[in-house]
Amino acid sequence: MLIQLRRSIIAGIFFAILCGLVYPLAEIGISNVAFPARSAGSVTSYGSSEIGQQWSGTSWFHGRPDLYNDGATGGTNLGPRSRQLLSQTKKLIAFWHSNGVNPTQELVTSSGSGVDPDISPQSAFVQIPMISKATGIRESLLHQVVVANITKAQLHVFGVPYVDVLHLNIAVAKLKQRLN
Amino acid sequence: MNFAFELGILVVLLGFIWRYLGAYLVAVYNGRLGFLDFIEKPVLGLLGINKDSEQSWQRYLRSLLVFSAVSIGFTFLLLVFQGYLPLNPQHLKGVTPALAFNTAVSFVTNTDWQNYAGESTMSNFSQMVALTTQNFVSASIGIAVAIALIRGFARDKSPNIGNFWVDMIRGVIYVLLPISIVMTLVLVWQGSPETLLANVNVHDSLNSVNQVIFRGPIASQEAIKEFGTNGGGFFNANSAHPFENPTGFTNFLEILLILAIPVALTYTFGKMVGNLKEGIAILAVMALLFFGTFALALHAEQSGNPAINATGVTSVQGANMVGKESRFGVPNSVLFDVTTTQTSTGAVNSSTDSYTPIGGLSLLAGMVYGEVSPGGAGSGIYTLLLFAILTVFIAGLMVGRTPEYLKKKIQRNEIIWASIGILVMPITVLMLTALTVALPYGRQAILNRGPHALTEILYAFTSQANNNGSAFAGLSTNTAYFNLTGALAMLLGRFGVLIPVIALAGGLAEKEEVPVTAGTFLTATPMFTGLLVGVVLLVGALNFFPVISLGPIAEALSHGKFY
Repeated sequence: MLIQLRRSIIAGIFFAILCGLVYPLAEIGISNVAFPARSAGSVTSYGSSEIGQQWSGTSWFHGRPDLYNDGATGGTNLGPRSRQLLSQTKKLIAFWHSNGVNPTQELVTSSGSGVDPDISPQSAFVQIPMISKATGIRESLLHQVVVANITKAQLHVFGVPYVDVLHLNIAVAKLKQRLN
Repeated sequence: MNFAFELGILVVLLGFIWRYLGAYLVAVYNGRLGFLDFIEKPVLGLLGINKDSEQSWQRYLRSLLVFSAVSIGFTFLLLVFQGYLPLNPQHLKGVTPALAFNTAVSFVTNTDWQNYAGESTMSNFSQMVALTTQNFVSASIGIAVAIALIRGFARDKSPNIGNFWVDMIRGVIYVLLPISIVMTLVLVWQGSPETLLANVNVHDSLNSVNQVIFRGPIASQEAIKEFGTNGGGFFNANSAHPFENPTGFTNFLEILLILAIPVALTYTFGKMVGNLKEGIAILAVMALLFFGTFALALHAEQSGNPAINATGVTSVQGANMVGKESRFGVPNSVLFDVTTTQTSTGAVNSSTDSYTPIGGLSLLAGMVYGEVSPGGAGSGIYTLLLFAILTVFIAGLMVGRTPEYLKKKIQRNEIIWASIGILVMPITVLMLTALTVALPYGRQAILNRGPHALTEILYAFTSQANNNGSAFAGLSTNTAYFNLTGALAMLLGRFGVLIPVIALAGGLAEKEEVPVTAGTFLTATPMFTGLLVGVVLLVGALNFFPVISLGPIAEALSHGKFY
């Protein structure tokens, strides 16, 4: 028994050093050199392009109606027969209708991470009339901007096409500046 | 269409992994490889072990148990004293003892159940030294036990089943570490952070929103979290979080990593017992259960939630997008969550609590089978082999002959250990669920009402007793009651199966091989595969049908009612 205890302690320390320190620290070193921006979290002056953020008002494209609580990520966990889920969804549908938008499901239901940075291309297209009205930018121009910001399925196979909401709104902001 | 292609690519790649990783594992555990001797030899020297020395099953088990106990203690201390340790840019305090105990047990038993939000509870030091380390070690122990059981079948009148220390060290350095090193870099390339920099606060001038970007050594933990079928997330949102699973490609890659070892071990098994077809029969059982459950879940999620459908909103990404990420869509979310619940991984890329009732039931089902389709790293195949022993016993009863499996007579000793190994999980789950529902703690913790609430509690204990770690969530479990009952479930679920398996391995290794005769029930056949699937489903249904009918089935039938 004592010999197994001694071995356990030595092995525990060995693995803590090998797997807990050498492995991650070596990966951090390599990543910093090979992918400096991504390894640091893809931080831009507008926030991380990987992490979603709250957009409100009628002049920006909205993302998923998430909480965007960066320190406690996760979904709402409302069940399929939840009264709260249904009333929240209906409230969001009413909000969109009052702005002349016929929403997709993603625009009225929250995501799994609570910080979903993306929406489907359709979810962006349906918001165009609202944004055109608020900003005065022609609908056809906004349509071009959305199309230019669609990320296709990787290698045409992995994942589904989507639009990063931050990238899209940065493009809208640039367009606004150019038109003024 | 894309998704069908993706599934096709997944199956083809898994075929290669089955063949080549399977063969590699044979070489690793037979000690035929020596290119990492420069690491292995000094460590074995420190431990005072000769690499060719072997242990009886009692010694193997004792080494494993002592090492696991020390690992729990070690992890517990690191978490409790986190505030005094380095690499803590957020200046987080030590973890409370009840939570630290639950977490230590959770990571050492390869469960990775989490009663905390990682991003705001664990320092980088804890994530690396306490948690990432156990991700490697617990997976390696699972594989070692599977190999010990396979040796039991393969050996003829042998007193020994291998050496725990040698098996465990080889699993880490030859198998888990090299693949993780490469996969971490792929994840970073796709957008997963890997850094020691502190969190950063950014003000977005466009919408006047402040964003705190939580970051850390995420990719390195993510790689082994999937490859070792662990599943404990750096973030509370787990693999739904864009930093853990940034793209459709990483989603695919993580699924592939999760399935790699459990699938490859069936090849290893076939080769080591001397008949590859035995391995194929076992693989076929896993595949049938996996794809059957996946089809059910996908159908349910693609039919959507009738209440949401009735409002008229639709999505091109699938019918039930509640709790699912836009970059994945419904099919890829379902495939991920089905993969992780059927492999004892327990990572999620979408909120299981918001699945449709039958979708949620499908996720629960993967655990109710006992994590055998294909199950966790090592634990999947060793649990399924317990069911295989039960199956040849039942088949033997039907024809009135002493059952045999892989040229070993299946007798009293084998049946006793196999029965214990199979029944510990359902007994633990049902007792703790019943207790929790009866006590006020359970009712205080639930988020949703109605049948869904029972499912939340049932799911929590099923997940922990199967060492899965997937959470239905919607249950406030960071309380002394849930931390301690959860730890009990995880310990029973791990060691209640693992101890019988090692005892069986020892008994089988000592046995003499019996020749195959005309009367032998052949096990490398579709007939055996079918019977084994039947036994797994039957045992699961007999144990769980009553409670499942009160939870997810009642919820599915209560369509139109809201809670």
